Amino acid sequence: MAKLQQTPSQTVGPYFAYGLLPQQYNYGDGLLKEIASGQVAGADVPGNRIRIEGQVFDGAGKVITDAMIEIWQADHLGRYAHPRDPRGSNANFKGFGRFGTGTEADNKFVFDTIKPGVVEPGAAPHINVILLMRGMLLHTFTRIYFADETEANAKDTILAQVPAERRDTLIATRTDTASGMVYRFDIHMQGPRETVFFDV
Amino acid sequence: MTDSFAPRDWSSHPRYIEPIYRSTPLRGPTKPLIPIRQSLSELTGPVYGQDCLGPLDADLTRNGMKSAEPLGERIIVTGRILDEDSRGIANTLVEVWQANSSGRYIHVVDQHPAPLDPNFFGGGRCVTDAHGRYRFMTIKPGAYPWGNHPNAWRPQHIHFSLFGPSFVTRLVTQMYFPGDPLFALDPIYQSAPAAARERMVAKFSIDVTEPDFALGYVFDIVLRGHNATRMGH
Ligand SMILES: [Fe+2]
Repeated sequence: MAKLQQTPSQTVGPYFAYGLLPQQYNYGDGLLKEIASGQVAGADVPGNRIRIEGQVFDGAGKVITDAMIEIWQADHLGRYAHPRDPRGSNANFKGFGRFGTGTEADNKFVFDTIKPGVVEPGAAPHINVILLMRGMLLHTFTRIYFADETEANAKDTILAQVPAERRDTLIATRTDTASGMVYRFDIHMQGPRETVFFDV
Repeated sequence: MTDSFAPRDWSSHPRYIEPIYRSTPLRGPTKPLIPIRQSLSELTGPVYGQDCLGPLDADLTRNGMKSAEPLGERIIVTGRILDEDSRGIANTLVEVWQANSSGRYIHVVDQHPAPLDPNFFGGGRCVTDAHGRYRFMTIKPGAYPWGNHPNAWRPQHIHFSLFGPSFVTRLVTQMYFPGDPLFALDPIYQSAPAAARERMVAKFSIDVTEPDFALGYVFDIVLRGHNATRMGH
C-alpha cells in the first residue's frame, strides 16, 4: 500500500495563547482548561524541587515575546508516564509542561518541576524541549542538561554527538536561592551561542 | 528497542528560514540540526485522554456562547489523524484555535479593526476515537490582514496542534479551505513545498454536511509513522 505523506508543519503564529494556554494568559474565565502549564510537579510528587527559567533570543539578540516552550521529562527515578516505559511512573506526575513567553517580567519562561532521574544507562538527567513561535514554520527540538551533573554529562551518548564547543548551549546553570534551586536555560536562535537543535 | 519513528520528511515541511515570511530570518536556526538517535525520551510523549476535556470543548459554536449563537457560517470539521501507513491514531489530543467569522482573534495583540463576537471564543479541543477520528463544530473563520508586506492577508484557516504517540510525532499546522484565492499570495501557505501544500487544504463534503444546519469539511492529518525497518512479530 502506498505510503501517506506527512502533513506540512505551519507556524504556531502569534495568537496561540487563548487556545493553548488560556489560564496563563487569562482568557475565557476557565471555559477552556489548559492541559499543561509551568507547574509541572504538584506538591505530592516526590523528587527534588527545581525551577527552570530562561529567555528566548532572536538573531538580533532581542528577547522573543511570543514563543511557547514545551517540556517532557521523566520522574525522579527516570521513568516516563507513557505505556512505552514498562517501569511505570508516579501516578501523579505526567511530566509535561507548557509555557508562553508573553506574561512574565522580561518575557521569561518558568517551569516549577522536579529534577528528572536517569532514564537509561549512559544517559545524563535531561529534559526534552519543543520550541514553537511566530516566525518559525516548524518547531525545534532541544534538551536541557544540568551543570551540576558534570560526570554524567561527560558520559551522555547524545551530548557526545554534539561538537564540544557547542555543548554548553544545552547545559542549564544552577543558582541556589532562598526559595530553592533555579536553573537558567536561555535559548539563542542564532549567533555565536546558537542553541543546539536536534533532528530526531 | 527496534521500533522507532520515521524521520521528519524534509520534502513535506517548510524550511526554517523563508525570506518571504519576514519574521523567519531572525528566528530560524542557522546551523544544521544535529541528528540523534531516538531514545526512550523521544519514543515516549505526553498522553492526554477524554479526562482532560470539558463537555463543550469540541463545539466552538457553544463553548463561548454568552447570550446568543455566534455569527457566521456554521461548519463541521472532521477527519482522521493517521500515520504514514494509514493507521488511525487513537486517543490523541487535537487542539484548535481560530479567528471569528470577521477574521478577528480574541487575542489582545490582534488589533485588526474587525468586530469581536461576544459569543465566540475560538479555542477548542477533542480526543480522537479508536479509528483516529476527530470532529469539531465551529464557525468558518474570516480572512485577516497582517503586517508581513503591504496588503498582506492570511487565507481563512484553523490552527491545529497534535501530539500523536510520541514526543517526536508532534505537529502544529493550519487547515485551509478549498479554492481560497489568497493561497498564491500567502507566504505561510507557500512556505510548504509545492507538492505538499494541498495536504493542508480541507475538502468540502456533502456527506458530512448536515441538512438545514452546517456545511461539512474533511481534513485528514498525517503524522510521522514508523520506520520501514520496524521488526514484526
Ligand atoms: Fe492564524
